[in-house]
Amino acid sequence: MSDTSLRVRLAAKGLDGTTLMVVPGLLVILALFIYPFVYGVIDSLTPAEGAWYTNYVTFFTDQFQYRTIGATLWLALPVTIVNLALALPIAFRVRLMTRQRLLTTILVLPVTLGTVFIADGLLTFLGPQGWFNRTLILIGILDTPIKLTNNYWGVFASLLISGFPFAFLLTLSYVTGIDPAIEQAAATLGANARRRFTKVFLPLLVPGLAVTFCLSFVQAFAVFPSAVLLGAPAGPTRVISIAAYQAAFEQYNHSLGSAIAIIMGIVELLIVAAVLTLRSFFYRGPVAGTKG
Amino acid sequence: MVSPAPLSTPPVAQPKQGAKLELVGLRRAFGAYKALDGIDLAIEPGEFIALLGPSGCGKSTALNCIAGLLPLTGGEIRVGGQRIDQLEPEKRGFGMVFQSYALFPHMSVRRNVGFGLAMQGIKGAEADRRIEAALNLVRLGLQADKLPGQLSGGQQQRVAIARAIVIRPPVVLMDEPLSNLDAKLRLEMRADIRAIHDQIGSTTIYVTHDQDEALSMADRIVVMSQGHIRQIGTPEDLYMRPNHVDVADFMGFRTRVTGRITAVSGDQAQIDAAGATITGTIREPVSVGDPAVLSARPEDLIAVGDGSGIPVTVKSMEYRGRAFFGAAEAHNGAEVHFRSDSLLPRGTATSVRPAEGRALIFRGDA
Repeated sequence: MSDTSLRVRLAAKGLDGTTLMVVPGLLVILALFIYPFVYGVIDSLTPAEGAWYTNYVTFFTDQFQYRTIGATLWLALPVTIVNLALALPIAFRVRLMTRQRLLTTILVLPVTLGTVFIADGLLTFLGPQGWFNRTLILIGILDTPIKLTNNYWGVFASLLISGFPFAFLLTLSYVTGIDPAIEQAAATLGANARRRFTKVFLPLLVPGLAVTFCLSFVQAFAVFPSAVLLGAPAGPTRVISIAAYQAAFEQYNHSLGSAIAIIMGIVELLIVAAVLTLRSFFYRGPVAGTKG
Repeated sequence: MVSPAPLSTPPVAQPKQGAKLELVGLRRAFGAYKALDGIDLAIEPGEFIALLGPSGCGKSTALNCIAGLLPLTGGEIRVGGQRIDQLEPEKRGFGMVFQSYALFPHMSVRRNVGFGLAMQGIKGAEADRRIEAALNLVRLGLQADKLPGQLSGGQQQRVAIARAIVIRPPVVLMDEPLSNLDAKLRLEMRADIRAIHDQIGSTTIYVTHDQDEALSMADRIVVMSQGHIRQIGTPEDLYMRPNHVDVADFMGFRTRVTGRITAVSGDQAQIDAAGATITGTIREPVSVGDPAVLSARPEDLIAVGDGSGIPVTVKSMEYRGRAFFGAAEAHNGAEVHFRSDSLLPRGTATSVRPAEGRALIFRGDA
């Protein structure tokens, strides 16, 4: 009797045999996310020498180290903003097209290219002897090649290419999720295209754009291979992940490496929290315009 | 003490006469498919017109073309004699009510209704006064500060109506505005919409696939099918004297039995249909020997069972209050819908005959 009643009481709380299907996912999260995270936090707080906060003091007192935060933000924020600024108008155009799928496929293609492949391609294309410079010199726009690789702009271009498909796909799904009749209603009420965008679309898109911003930003902030291959890893594109890599695998100070990784996570968290806080000032309900 | 409120709210639109709307040879094609194939219609100022037809007949396409949401492939639209079909929707100044309401979900009811006024640059006290009058007209004065998501479907549609009429449009377009509401609410809203139309005096075009709605609300009904206008007339005209078999079908003449004309006399003809000779009123010119269609409403086609009507086999019956209604099959495969005083078991062989003067005869396919 008690057995039945326990089962019934658990089922009423949403726990039954089906709940067991959560277990594999839960194990994966524990093993691949929670455990490494906790390990990293503890590792960062147990340096080989000195007090528990030594690694953090080391990072924030060494200009060479703490400047990586600024360098990474200086890459990740502009790239994210430019990606969104490109994705939004393109998504608006694609929403009206009949051959949406073909264009979407072409735009999303870079997602299938690895970072190293993109880096190699950009070195060939944007380098001093690349097509880009040679063409501009041929037409007479340039006299000498401009430097677009092994500096800030090389990394910027690479992040743009690899990040755009994500930003675009997410934005497209938000844009097409808005009932077209809402725009038509605004048009019949006298709103021209600009006002339809600013008064109707934009306020409805803000929550989606905020999420897109966060995901694109986190992706760009974690930049590593392209900062090494296309950038100046000892100079302007010495991003925070390079600092963590060098500490852990060149100086064999895994404790400091962990601390830098944790700092990296905290910076991302702060930006994401700030963006999501801003989002809460906007309307966040359904965007269908009807109860259906 | 609060100073006394004015005794009456000023009307939303000082009964400014609605405009005359003319559609001339309206065409709209989607690739090879002709959604509108030459629509000609003149709508008088202040008239309430229903565009009626089954889904895919082109009625919503016509409305979207009038609103400017779909470009025409041919023809002209004139309002008060002025050609407007080249104008963008925002320059036409029509009020439109959508099937899905299409309210701005992030704006309060008040801001939704005031949107059109803001776009016209009407602000301040004048805007407030007109918004309030429009909300009172649709009886939503107390909900002004809510978001659309907090309202019921019927209330949302009333907001949409207020939003469309507050700009005092010469023409109001309504695209199946009641189809998302439950049956009881639909009945109430019908009367409300007609009353609002009468009060503001604009010209209204109301798209629906519900013939009851069209019959009960419209001054004139335009029945469409396959991109063409089949018939234009008053509700009574269409109900009693449909002049096309598609119109008859839509007006509840559910039974269509094909046969051949055997005699013609004045407006009456005899048709030999599925094993019986029946007399009906001619609605399209026919002569002896022509293929034709006999059409009748279920309530006018009575099971007689004495062999004097069309022999049929009963397929199903249902009780609907005062009588039984049934479906049966004639010898030639035609489906027959009839009325009966008693319950006939499935498989019963009986015969059905139209009540005097209630059967219509249309031209049939050869």
